[in-house]
Amino acid sequence: MFRYLTKRILMLIPLMIGITLITFTVIHLAPGEPVEMQMAMNPKVGKEARERLTKFYGLDKPLHEQYFNWVGKIARLDLGRSFSSDNRPVLDKIKERLPVTISLNVIALLIEFGLAIPIGILAATRRDTWLDKGITVFVFIGFAVPTFWLALLLMYFFGVKLAWLPISGLHTLGSDSWGTVRYLADMAQHLIMPVMVASFGSLAGLSRYMRSAMLNVINQDYITTARAKGLSERVVIWKHALRNALLPLITLLGFSIPGLIGGSVIFETIFAIPGMGQLFYQSVMSRDYPVVMGILVIGAFLTLIGNLIADLAYAFADPRIRQGEG
Amino acid sequence: MNFKNSYFYSMFWPRLKRNRLALFGGVVVLALFLISLLAPSIAPYDPSAINAWSVLSPPSWQHWFGTDELGRDVLSRVLYGARVSLKVGFVAVGIAVSIGTVVGLVAGYFGGLADAVLMRAVDIMLCFPAFFLILAIITFLEPSIWYIMMVIGLTGWMGVARLVRAETLSIREMDYILAARCIGCSNSRIIFRHILPNAVSPVLVSATLGIAGAILTESALSFLGIGVQPPTPSWGNILTSGKDYIEFAWWLSLFPGLAILVTVLSYNLLGEGIRDALDPRVKR
Repeated sequence: MFRYLTKRILMLIPLMIGITLITFTVIHLAPGEPVEMQMAMNPKVGKEARERLTKFYGLDKPLHEQYFNWVGKIARLDLGRSFSSDNRPVLDKIKERLPVTISLNVIALLIEFGLAIPIGILAATRRDTWLDKGITVFVFIGFAVPTFWLALLLMYFFGVKLAWLPISGLHTLGSDSWGTVRYLADMAQHLIMPVMVASFGSLAGLSRYMRSAMLNVINQDYITTARAKGLSERVVIWKHALRNALLPLITLLGFSIPGLIGGSVIFETIFAIPGMGQLFYQSVMSRDYPVVMGILVIGAFLTLIGNLIADLAYAFADPRIRQGEG
Repeated sequence: MNFKNSYFYSMFWPRLKRNRLALFGGVVVLALFLISLLAPSIAPYDPSAINAWSVLSPPSWQHWFGTDELGRDVLSRVLYGARVSLKVGFVAVGIAVSIGTVVGLVAGYFGGLADAVLMRAVDIMLCFPAFFLILAIITFLEPSIWYIMMVIGLTGWMGVARLVRAETLSIREMDYILAARCIGCSNSRIIFRHILPNAVSPVLVSATLGIAGAILTESALSFLGIGVQPPTPSWGNILTSGKDYIEFAWWLSLFPGLAILVTVLSYNLLGEGIRDALDPRVKR
């Protein structure tokens, strides 16, 4: 287990270097230097100031030197300052947005798994019945629905037509002065639609995956043995089969992280939720390139960490790896 | 080559034909081709003709899908939007499949250092939330449909690379490859003449599914205002006005979204159908 762990963590190093290289390349492929972009917003700046800024950002140095400077700064958690008028450190901006995005995605993930596992099991155990077919239809539609369109439809029905749910933000204006319970209830109400949208996208894929994982396990010999020794079908499915069918789902959890983070741009923008996705979108629109770069790197690192955790959880859950055979 | 004895005619087509869902997908995809081709003759109105007298009018006999905030006919715009989605789907996936196939072939055939380097590159690219990467690149470019197709293609080749590499690894060990090497075929001839044709079928499936994904991505980008720019109609940018006028005009949101849904659904059904028809293990 220890050797597996060290090996797995050592493998992160080339990946991290690769992530910084790609991010750096993306930004430097850009036509128009960042100084020009900053200048464009303030035409009064003279030539002298422009040179000073170029020097300040180190843009007069050769590319490889710029890269090493930049990586050195990242290693010290310095992502530079935002180009926007507040001129705040990028890291601070991301730090205040990240918890919103992460908690929203965690809630969405819990709902996804909570629904997908029973749906997948139902479809697998009642294979080729109308229920299985109905679930398959739902899965195919779920794959094809654009999340932003789903968001619009929900907004129209629950926000505009029925007026049950608020359509933007995290809080009602002035809710700061309310009691804790009412404050939280208000936030929960604001979260219903975004969470629905966030979890719907991957729900279809997960259910289908769960179905095929379960079908795989059900056909194994040890399930026949369990049935043969007279265990009830419930025990066979929910105890013997489920544990093994869940195993591949752990890896899937790791893989779904970039999709979740990427998807947050869409629903945070639509529902005006102050998370990292919205910050990214705003920075893209205002060409605030230190923030774009920072979020790109942090998003990729988060994925890396997510995959690491998923791999470790897998190793922990699978005795073949846990006991050092793998 | 005798067509009647070909694999396509004797095995693939009969199996695909029995799959009604896949056929439905195929028919819709064909219909979309026709719509894109014939858009100027079947669209009831000019898609960019502004009509101040019928702004945001609900669906009626004159305007089946209603009109938008400038009085343009939504049905005509949705029909023309099929062109964008078709173009984006095929070009983006063409780019992704070309890169992925070459990377997979090289990594799988040569192995060793080339394999290690290329597969790490795949791992690294997969770490980035694809949508973030696309947005970041597009930030620095003028929004245009060509850039979008390029960027979607450049960020979407990793799956194909892994698939082709796996296929190549197993084909490489076949006797006929050994035979080809014995009679002195060059590496590039072996790769492109002997391995590629045999590694193509899983790529076909992932390309079909990839088109669906590219269409979804483009519509999301256009919806966010960084994709296809108005006045060129795309399903995504019609939905942008749908969002702006959600309180007054549900038809602006409903119809373009349905168009995306049906299109993506059809490519997915067709792709799954092709997968099943190619897989001898699936029995019907």
